[in-house]
Amino acid sequence: MSDNPTYEFALRMGDNSLVLGQSVSAWCGHAPILEEDIALANVALDLIGQTRMWLGLAGELEGKGRSADDLAFLRDARGFRNCLLVEQPNGDFGQTLMRQFLFDAWHHPMLKVLADTDDARIAEIAEKSVKEVSYHLDRSTDLIIRLGDGSDESHGRMQTALDGLWCYTGELYAADAIDEAVLTGGVRKIEEQYKDYTSKVIDEATLTIPETTFMHKGGKAGLHTEALGPLLADMQILQRSHPGAQW
Amino acid sequence: MAMLATNPSVKDIWRWLEEVPDPEIPVVSVVELGIVRDVARDGDVIVVTITPTYSGCPATAVIAIDIEQAIRRRGVDDVRIETILSPAWTTAWITEAACEKLKAYGIAPPEKGAACVGALRAGMSIDCPLCGSSNTECISQFGSTPCKAHYRCKDCLEPFDYFKSF
Repeated sequence: MSDNPTYEFALRMGDNSLVLGQSVSAWCGHAPILEEDIALANVALDLIGQTRMWLGLAGELEGKGRSADDLAFLRDARGFRNCLLVEQPNGDFGQTLMRQFLFDAWHHPMLKVLADTDDARIAEIAEKSVKEVSYHLDRSTDLIIRLGDGSDESHGRMQTALDGLWCYTGELYAADAIDEAVLTGGVRKIEEQYKDYTSKVIDEATLTIPETTFMHKGGKAGLHTEALGPLLADMQILQRSHPGAQW
Repeated sequence: MAMLATNPSVKDIWRWLEEVPDPEIPVVSVVELGIVRDVARDGDVIVVTITPTYSGCPATAVIAIDIEQAIRRRGVDDVRIETILSPAWTTAWITEAACEKLKAYGIAPPEKGAACVGALRAGMSIDCPLCGSSNTECISQFGSTPCKAHYRCKDCLEPFDYFKSF
């Protein structure tokens, strides 16, 4: 792990949006209805755009001449710093939406705190991203409530999704020295807002947060679940097979 | 072919850029949309500063090329495009005239001060750009491009795009 906390932090932000953006984009052409297909593709597009900013910054801070593309396409799973939640498989539409909601509900307050930090480079990326993520959160919240408080079928699927994904949420706000260095006083605020918001929405969706208090972690240190390898293989094969290939 | 300009002023450049259409919504220019933030001279080099609308918008790269070409084809070779992120682009920068053009084109212009802030939104009424009715509903916050939402008019029954407040 690098001794530059800002570099590590930019990698985490960029890897979160990259891995989630890559997963979500796989829905393009496959969503249950056209409007949702377009919405998923738009969200993925925003996330990939944000990735370019974060990984571009990380590459500059690292100072070894690596571009955002180099970081995205030429690192192995062990080098990725995304949280475990975003690498969980798409599953059904309900699982994809639940993963999105559990991420957006953290991403939004995180970016709000970052937009007010003293580091101008981080603040400007956050200021730009938070406007997009507001719409992501608005949409995922709306759909969690409608599907949770929907038919027996949709309610059951959303509860199954929540049961499977909740144990990956603790890593989002569990701050280590790198988070503390960048977020300073904002760490506690993000955790509080996350817990308040998710419990309020999940309650309104007539869903139940699982009783388990066990939370997986490891992604921020490069220790990932099985799901990340195949995702990276799919994403990186072109650059790995044809190094330097361009449009 | 446009007349070749030997020593264009910053004002000339702005005028040229006012003729560069947005690639997705060609009835408005990149200047009217607030994408061009600054035009300046750095010695012999013309420096145009632009800002992306949405960070992943594919049109951003096309806009940079279109701007460069609009200047080059008037005989100015030294052009540099710079991108800034802050202050972040907002629909508040879209001119009144451009909002009218959007409406005439069938796109409901952004409601002032109605940008999403991430909370559960209250119902917002957007007038149908086709028949003017306020009896409309949001189908999806995400439409044919990142900057637009998808609406439906419950009176004339036509679907339409809403350029969402941002």
